[in-house]
Amino acid sequence: MTTRLFGAPVPRSEDARLLTGGGRYLDDLGHDAAAVAFVRSPHAHARIVDVDVTDALDVEGLLAVYTYEDLEGALAEPLPLLIPHPSIVAGRTAHALASGVVHHVGEPVVMVVASDRYVAEDVCDRIRVEYDVLPAVVGVRNARDATHLAHADVPGNVAAHLVQEVGDARAAIDAAPHVLELELDIERSACTPLEGRGVYARWDADESRLRLWSSTQTTTGVRAAVAAKLELPLSAVDCTAPDVGGGFGVKIMHPWPEEVLVPWAARRLDRELKWTEDRREHFVSSAHERAQVQQVRVGFDDAGRLLGLDVRFWHDNGAYLPYGVIVPIITSTQLLGPYKPGAYRVEFDSLYTNTVIVTPYRGAGRPQGVFAMERTMDAIADHLGRDRVAVREANFIGPDEMPYDQQMTFQDGRPLVYDSGDFPATMAKLKDLVGWDEFAAYREQARAEGRRVGIGVACYVEGTGVGPYEGGHVQVETSGKVVVATGLTTQGQGHETVFAQIVADELGVPFEDVTVTTGDTRRMPYSVGTFASRAAVMSGNAVGLAARNVRTKALRIAGDALEADPQDLEIVDGQVRVKGNPSVGLPLSTVAVLSNPLRYAFDKASQAATQFVVGDPDSPPVAEDDEPGLEGRDFYSPPQSTYANGMHAVVVETDPETAEIRILRYCVVHDCGNVVNPMIVEGQIHGGVAQGVGGALYERMAYDEDGQLLNASFMDFLMPYATEVPATVEIDHLETPSPLNPLGIKGAGEAGVIPGAAAFASAIEDAEGFRISAMPISPSELFALRARFAAGDIPAVRTAPRPEGTS
Amino acid sequence: MTSLDAEQRVEVALTVNGLPRAATVPSRRLLSDFLRHDLRLPGTHVGCEHGVCGACTVLLDGEPVRACLMFAASARGHEITTVEGLSEPDGALSPVQQAFRECHGLQCGFCTSGFLTTATAYLEENPAPTRDEVVEAISGNLCRCTGYQNIVASVLRAAELRRERAAGQAS
Ligand code: FES
Ligand code: FES
Repeated sequence: MTTRLFGAPVPRSEDARLLTGGGRYLDDLGHDAAAVAFVRSPHAHARIVDVDVTDALDVEGLLAVYTYEDLEGALAEPLPLLIPHPSIVAGRTAHALASGVVHHVGEPVVMVVASDRYVAEDVCDRIRVEYDVLPAVVGVRNARDATHLAHADVPGNVAAHLVQEVGDARAAIDAAPHVLELELDIERSACTPLEGRGVYARWDADESRLRLWSSTQTTTGVRAAVAAKLELPLSAVDCTAPDVGGGFGVKIMHPWPEEVLVPWAARRLDRELKWTEDRREHFVSSAHERAQVQQVRVGFDDAGRLLGLDVRFWHDNGAYLPYGVIVPIITSTQLLGPYKPGAYRVEFDSLYTNTVIVTPYRGAGRPQGVFAMERTMDAIADHLGRDRVAVREANFIGPDEMPYDQQMTFQDGRPLVYDSGDFPATMAKLKDLVGWDEFAAYREQARAEGRRVGIGVACYVEGTGVGPYEGGHVQVETSGKVVVATGLTTQGQGHETVFAQIVADELGVPFEDVTVTTGDTRRMPYSVGTFASRAAVMSGNAVGLAARNVRTKALRIAGDALEADPQDLEIVDGQVRVKGNPSVGLPLSTVAVLSNPLRYAFDKASQAATQFVVGDPDSPPVAEDDEPGLEGRDFYSPPQSTYANGMHAVVVETDPETAEIRILRYCVVHDCGNVVNPMIVEGQIHGGVAQGVGGALYERMAYDEDGQLLNASFMDFLMPYATEVPATVEIDHLETPSPLNPLGIKGAGEAGVIPGAAAFASAIEDAEGFRISAMPISPSELFALRARFAAGDIPAVRTAPRPEGTS
Repeated sequence: MTSLDAEQRVEVALTVNGLPRAATVPSRRLLSDFLRHDLRLPGTHVGCEHGVCGACTVLLDGEPVRACLMFAASARGHEITTVEGLSEPDGALSPVQQAFRECHGLQCGFCTSGFLTTATAYLEENPAPTRDEVVEAISGNLCRCTGYQNIVASVLRAAELRRERAAGQAS
């Protein structure tokens, strides 16, 4: 038997290309294309009075200048509100080029096409736009106060409002023996992939077809949106994602203004056009996430068990709402984590501000939800003088209670029902891994040496693999090579490897013979996209099912040729053979030839195949319900999301003088069901943890009150370097297979980042002895908090709770 | 034509990956754009265009430099090595490339060229670094995907592979 590839740390197929400069990212294509650049709004909120291009017209190399007035038909309409939801009371989306009023710094106002990017930027510099500046709304609290409006016609700045309630939370809290209230704050951060966005378009006038490349997380989405906006038949548009230099969510948003404008102008000018986003543009014109203000009211018993939880939060959705309310819905539902909340009520407002739009960033609202819940758990433990882990354990859903219905509606519109997980076992592993029970002694010893150390813990549950579907296409070519296509896209997750592992196993062929294509609408036109930790679950199962179909067909044809019962056949190393008699068989390549009753023998494989006779000589060569070719296609569509979970612990040391925060240890226990490639999954966790560190300690969008982003560069927006991350991420796994899909897998892509901020808050609080309620926290903020604590402005917490069982 | 000054053209002749190359380009052409679009060597990536991310790092006479901070014209007469030139003469992966593959030191691959060139130059200088030295050596390069743990492991493994290959050649 060939060794199973599923579960093995197979080195990645894509690396040979990417390590030698052979990758092709968006800006590596179309070297001769004309370049597009944009004049973007320098104001957060302003009326456009006049656009004067006179000075720009004599720049050599200028090809075209467009403003909103040049747009026509569907392109002149506002961009779509992609995911409508009944909670949305005022859905506002941008126009492809600003029409009348700009609502954030960075909004595109004028589009310039020129011979190259240098010239295009010369032109942009010479275009004068006159604005009438309006008051800007910046920050969640200002939006909530609504002294000014981000959109003149949206009262209270409220884009959406939603309440979900299970039981009577307020009554349960009022009747509870203990009640606590918390007010929490989370700042903006952003995905910040190393490669920004980019679009390259070619119009083929002879065939009236558009060929489009975008650095996107969904080519099918971009294709459909562009076809609609350009009023082209869907069949006349092809869209491909080349190699993509990271996404983390920002590239699932679509269509971006540039994604519709570039192909539109390419057709209009009948020229190849390309736009490559630069770093500053990425900061001010793509998307951010995370900012929320939260109020929590909780009632609990003497053991710390939740009796009622009432959460009210305000979510900053930025200037427009193209992606709907996915992020705050996820916060409001996934906040529950591995716990039984008793009665639960959650209410949120999603608010407009005159800042960059907010769309999902890895974790997508969960880091905020986990922050609220885990801060609450720590506050309860502190209030009762109980161990922080013991309080969590008192609230866990037990493994025997699975599947567990939280009686809420999740972001996919389906019930929030956890399919699997063993939370107590996960926590037991984490306690062992980090040495939870020994930490109090270590902290005391450190204290005695004049050092401040603290430990923090945080838990999450993550709905992964959301539907509706993904497809797989598997074809065995007459060379015996296997080509696989799935529609969703890849931004570094190793899909070429992981899906090849699955197909090679299912089909019984060598891994090296399998080539995977993702994100090309010519190869698989039906797909949703890569987000919500769904790729491995959705496409993994889809290509697995498709491979199974191909296998069945191969066995049938080979059975015919060998005059054997297909049941008695197996496929090993690309050979179909009789079980127990491996000398009788034929290669899959021959089966591939036989599957296509062609009359021409143009190569050796087809000549070799002539020795076999397949099919019933009295029936048509292609039977009624059959198709030529050894290929198969299938779709995987789950009834609901599958829920992964995990728990992180971090140990920090804070400098008593400088307030610098050092990470001493970072431990992760996670359960993402069956793991296809542990090396790749661990890599995903490492990357997520680093983003969690960034979100907890460094990254924020420093907007001033006028809505200017003051740190729109890598010099000022502090992403972690190698010096800022934990030296090792200590990882332990639990594999509770998902009962919902054939491969038993759950998503893993986002997990690493989700509990980061909560775990750091817990650890810093433990080290410092006072309540932490806002993230991120930089050394200077910690320094300021110490002063406020000394002045009695913030409450103390106990850092050395009584060990359980003593009193 | 006010933009004529900016579009003054210069001839740039230099050696890239061991081969003499020349092109006439606008004098303000950045080395990164020159390599990527004029010489069609797009393996050098641009992540920030302001010298902070390190993705565009190439070797200039063996020393790492940021191609986004330099004009192509300033590289005249110099020897440049890009990621396309790192492999062994027989096409095999270099020790650094091989180590990144073994240790899963890359995900999306966008930052990778800069790490590979930086590490290659560094190991020439310090063939047996400690872990802390490696962290220091790559601390000017940003990666948003990997969290760096596997990149550090890759550079340490590359040092090992270099020694193994050197020993193999000596015997
Ligand atoms: S692109 Fe040169 S350092 Fe970032
Ligand atoms: S591998 Fe994607 S940025 Fe480093």
